[in-house]
Amino acid sequence: KLVAMEVTQLLLNAQSIDGTVRKHAEENLKLFQSQNLAGFLLSLAGELANDEKPVDSRKLAGLVLKNALDAKEQHRKYELVQRWLSLDMATKTQIRAFLLKTLSSPVPDVRSTASQVIAKVAGIELPQNQWPELVGSLLSNIHQLPAHVKQATLETLGYLCEEVSPDVVEQEHVNKILTAVVQGMNSAEGNNDVRLAATRALYMALGFAQANFNNDMERDYIMRVVCEATLSPEVKIRQAAFECLVSIASTYYEKLAHYMQDIFNITAKAVREDDESVALQAIEFWSSICDEEIDILEEYGGEFTGDSDVPCFYFTKQALPALVPLLLETLLKQEEDQDLDEGAWNIAMAGGTCLGLVARAVGDDIVPHVMPFIEEKISKPDWREREAATYAFGSILEGPSPDKLMTIVNAALTFMLNALTKDPSNHVKDTTAWTLGRMFEFLHGSTIETPIITQANCQQIITVLIQTMKDAPNVAEKACGALYFLAQGYEDIGPNSPLTPFFQEIIQSLLAVAHREDATESRLRTAAYEALNEVVRCSTDETSTMVLQLVPVIMLELHNTLEGEKLSSDEREKQNELQGLLCGCLQVIIQKLGSEPTKYVFMQHADQMMGLFLRVFGCRSATAHEEAMLAIGALAYAAGPDFAKYMPEFYKYLEMGLQNFEEYQVCAVTVGVIGDICRALEDKILPYCDGIMTQLLKDLSSNQLHRSVKPPIFSCFGDIALAIGENFEKYINYSMPMLQSAAELSAHASGADDEMTEYTNSLRNGILEAYSGIFQGFKNSPKTQLLIPYAPHILQFLDSIYMEKDMDEVVMKTAIGVLGDLADTLGSHVGGLIQQSVSSKEFLNECLSSDDHTIKEAAEWAKHAITRAISV
Amino acid sequence: MAPHDLRRPFKRRPISDQQKRRDLSLLRQSQHRSDAQQRARNLASSVISLQSSSSPDVDPETLSEPMPDVDTTGHESEASSFDIRQASSLRGPEARKWFASQLMLPEWMIDVPENLSRDWYVLARPAGKRCFVVSADGTTVSRLRNGSVLHHFPSALPGGARKKGVSGPAQSYSILDCIFHEADQTYYVIDMVCWRGYSLYECTAEFRFFWLQSKLDETGACGPPSFYHKFRFSVVPFYNCDQSGLHSAYTGSLPYVKDGLLFYNKHAHYHTGNTPLVLIWKDERCSQYVIDTDNNGQVPSQQHIVLELQDDGKIVTSDDPPVVVNCLNADFIKQSGLSPGSLVRFAIGDGGLNCVDGKFEKADLQYISVSNRARAFADSYSKIMFQYMARHSPLKAEDLASVISQENQQDKLPEVEMSD
Repeated sequence: KLVAMEVTQLLLNAQSIDGTVRKHAEENLKLFQSQNLAGFLLSLAGELANDEKPVDSRKLAGLVLKNALDAKEQHRKYELVQRWLSLDMATKTQIRAFLLKTLSSPVPDVRSTASQVIAKVAGIELPQNQWPELVGSLLSNIHQLPAHVKQATLETLGYLCEEVSPDVVEQEHVNKILTAVVQGMNSAEGNNDVRLAATRALYMALGFAQANFNNDMERDYIMRVVCEATLSPEVKIRQAAFECLVSIASTYYEKLAHYMQDIFNITAKAVREDDESVALQAIEFWSSICDEEIDILEEYGGEFTGDSDVPCFYFTKQALPALVPLLLETLLKQEEDQDLDEGAWNIAMAGGTCLGLVARAVGDDIVPHVMPFIEEKISKPDWREREAATYAFGSILEGPSPDKLMTIVNAALTFMLNALTKDPSNHVKDTTAWTLGRMFEFLHGSTIETPIITQANCQQIITVLIQTMKDAPNVAEKACGALYFLAQGYEDIGPNSPLTPFFQEIIQSLLAVAHREDATESRLRTAAYEALNEVVRCSTDETSTMVLQLVPVIMLELHNTLEGEKLSSDEREKQNELQGLLCGCLQVIIQKLGSEPTKYVFMQHADQMMGLFLRVFGCRSATAHEEAMLAIGALAYAAGPDFAKYMPEFYKYLEMGLQNFEEYQVCAVTVGVIGDICRALEDKILPYCDGIMTQLLKDLSSNQLHRSVKPPIFSCFGDIALAIGENFEKYINYSMPMLQSAAELSAHASGADDEMTEYTNSLRNGILEAYSGIFQGFKNSPKTQLLIPYAPHILQFLDSIYMEKDMDEVVMKTAIGVLGDLADTLGSHVGGLIQQSVSSKEFLNECLSSDDHTIKEAAEWAKHAITRAISV
Repeated sequence: MAPHDLRRPFKRRPISDQQKRRDLSLLRQSQHRSDAQQRARNLASSVISLQSSSSPDVDPETLSEPMPDVDTTGHESEASSFDIRQASSLRGPEARKWFASQLMLPEWMIDVPENLSRDWYVLARPAGKRCFVVSADGTTVSRLRNGSVLHHFPSALPGGARKKGVSGPAQSYSILDCIFHEADQTYYVIDMVCWRGYSLYECTAEFRFFWLQSKLDETGACGPPSFYHKFRFSVVPFYNCDQSGLHSAYTGSLPYVKDGLLFYNKHAHYHTGNTPLVLIWKDERCSQYVIDTDNNGQVPSQQHIVLELQDDGKIVTSDDPPVVVNCLNADFIKQSGLSPGSLVRFAIGDGGLNCVDGKFEKADLQYISVSNRARAFADSYSKIMFQYMARHSPLKAEDLASVISQENQQDKLPEVEMSD
């Protein structure tokens, strides 16, 4: 057994610069942990608490302890929680005591580590009603004299609020926590460290303050203290206080009316005068208010009906005359090379972004407030003024109605095209090209009455954009973006596209951009392929031969990326990115050409293309795999039963995809592609089904796989059953119990949040699609009787989701369809059962009178099938 | 507790094109799923409404369907599917027709196709009997072009012998296109049509050859004969049809006796019946049988051809569509006891043949007799022409080589790309 001294040495050695020493120490720590977990955790806690030990060993002890309690991966986290809960009480009590003791340590880093560990333990124990005295003992610390104990305790309370859900802490404790925190923020608190810790703790505790924000007096108090803290002489406190305001803006929007005037004054002062870190938070407050109002107005279509949960208070609209000038001022504070730096974020960028949100929140009203600024500055000699004016213009293009903007935009278009070719500033050209893209995005397309792009100016626009694609990478990238929206506007144009005469030139220019030496800068290459994809997507039959000519070109490029030379890891990453882009491009082309009348000619490339995709799977890149998989799905759909010939080779990659838990997007996409293949091959998929079903069942039982993949897996059961019919028999014994237990889980999602409801509905939909596929697959087979035992449960499931009253339209349609399929396949065997179910009456009637014609249609089919089933 | 990152997307679209592709795929998948379900529902309904009507008869057309269904126990397909094992029970002319129509038959090379070196493989055809080898249900059967069984034997092909633990799924079967070479009692495989139940009909020659090479060896079928493996199988070596490939196939030494060269277009699928995408070419050096022999194995002084008589008295080749060579008058047909569908043998007289654009302008035909019964088909246009050329102005090996070398010259020119 290790003694305390040895633990210290091990922890220090584990941070040694000498690799061998470090490795040895790490191994010993692992060994210790595996041999005696309780002893290990206890000695770590003891190390952390011991003021005589070196800071470094104490900090690491705390970190190791924290990692023994929590992990990122859901399944690992669960294991750790169970492990902690199963420790003996004596050990846990001792560890808790060590942790609380550490909060009094004179060493700041050690206190902070302890705060986080305590919060982790609380996160595990409070929901289990363990460590009930924790909050009490922390609160008693608040009244201790040494300021550093108070600071550490407030920090702990903050982390605790972040870690545990409000419903496991009693209201009485919540009140005391908030009281302690807000008092700590008060200007009466003389110690800045305490005040900062309290302000940051409030940020995390805001979610606990629901009841307090409903109480006028308590809310007034909290708001007053927060606003005062924004005026603190200490910049970090001001910044933390604005962070609280930002969070309050989204959490308690509907409680803010009373405080908006004061908040405007505070934020305006901060934006104009304060340190940038504070000013950015002040702008973010307004961005958050806009986010809220945009959501509210979107949800209720701008009409305040009285029954909406949260009314719109139009804070943005009221602040408009003062807010817009404030934001416009920030636009002039650009940094020289912000367009070249991917990670840049400054006050001009934040201000412009906020202006865009304001435009979306208020619509037409913003235009007169911004136009004078634009008109005054757009031709000034200083590039900052020209850029700011252009950026302001681009920012307000989303929100106001086309009618309001059309005249201005038409007048500006020629100016912008001119600026794009002539302005000497890279910065101005970047923003100009972006603004053109915004014009095309919002004011060009089949829904716009008077289009800004006409026969008269189309050629000039394209010429300028193509020219601009040769400019610096950041400018060229924006030109590609503009072309993207230019093409998108012709999406529903019909058989003749105005782009047809320019099609060849556009394609060639985009390929040339993608091949530029500097194409990897400023996302240029990605933007070029994205624009190419959109141009192809929106192309008409007139240009299909040109798209067809693109096939060998893109295939050759993909082929080139696969010719393995020795590459550095950086080059390889770029190569993989390019593979992803090319596979994406081929996917778009497959979807364009894979149907009549181009299908026949196009499919002559299929073998070779498939060969390339299979080689992409040989490279290690999740994005490229995902793109290749998506492309194969599209190819399977185009190939139909002919796809069978690729299966022998493709199958192993399908299996690999299904096993890719870590890059779950790949797994999800693979599941979708199996559906494509089922529909393409029908019963020719049978030889592969054992393998596929085994893997899908494994995926479902895994707790490592991201939950979003599970609903599509159930749908995939349905696809397989529909494809192979009664051959699905051998999987019935495995899949039905899985479906049944998932159904039980998903029947009641009560009390959960929106996100959970949405997930539950997608799970239900998957389960129901599986049932539909299975019933339809067994239709007219002598083996239908195998399904009869499952009918009562399925009907019960339908009844319970109906009673739950929280299903969405998609689930409604699938559910009523399942009722019909069940009746149709099992017929008179289940006539009695069906008649007893609620679904066959109230639910069916509700669906029959639905406004959604797809639901109505499914319901009519169900009614028909039920009538037949019970009439026999 | 660091301040939180505030950055919002700047001058960016809210969703990436990749996300858009993902979303569009999901949308397509869910639409197709609901279409498939909709079809299933409609199908189910129509089956119910048609319940009283009798089950459909076997459609004779399906006899010539190229690809039998993998799953013969399948529900819907039961009535209409007719697979190769069921076809094995056919007898006489029916069987002959069925099997003959299953093989891919080369045209004779009467001119050199374009891009020979880029798009074609060349291989030396072994001398021997062309046959289909089918392995399934624990046995292997080889059938000649006329449908008659050549051998019935155990083999190491998948499902080719009653031996546990070797074959794949019970239902699976394999079909190889072979030439049986008497001298070393070996089946030389020239093509793979089905493997373990997977159809390769719709695959390119490039893929089929690749598959053939990699899969056949795995089974042990290329090993020496044994109790469970009566005949050795061997893959015929194939080459890209460039200078060196042509040279290897033409002059290279091989374990079998050659009978001409076969040229396969790499992109062509397995097309049953005559196809211009597989070509046969022969000369004296690589074949003992350049010029057709008569029934006694003698080269007749005049070229003999076999044509089919049609209802209207026209005599035509076996091509699809048939090429009309000449027309017989009704009296002659009556006198000679011919009936529509008869295969008739003619000699070509001194007047010879004259063709323009694949049509006979003039053909000096002399009636010999009705052809013997073993034949299933008339001669093809390309065979008639190749034989005619062989007697008068043959296409020589040097001609092939010089075409390839010209192509190589052209290939050296820079290719035109779409980008600048």
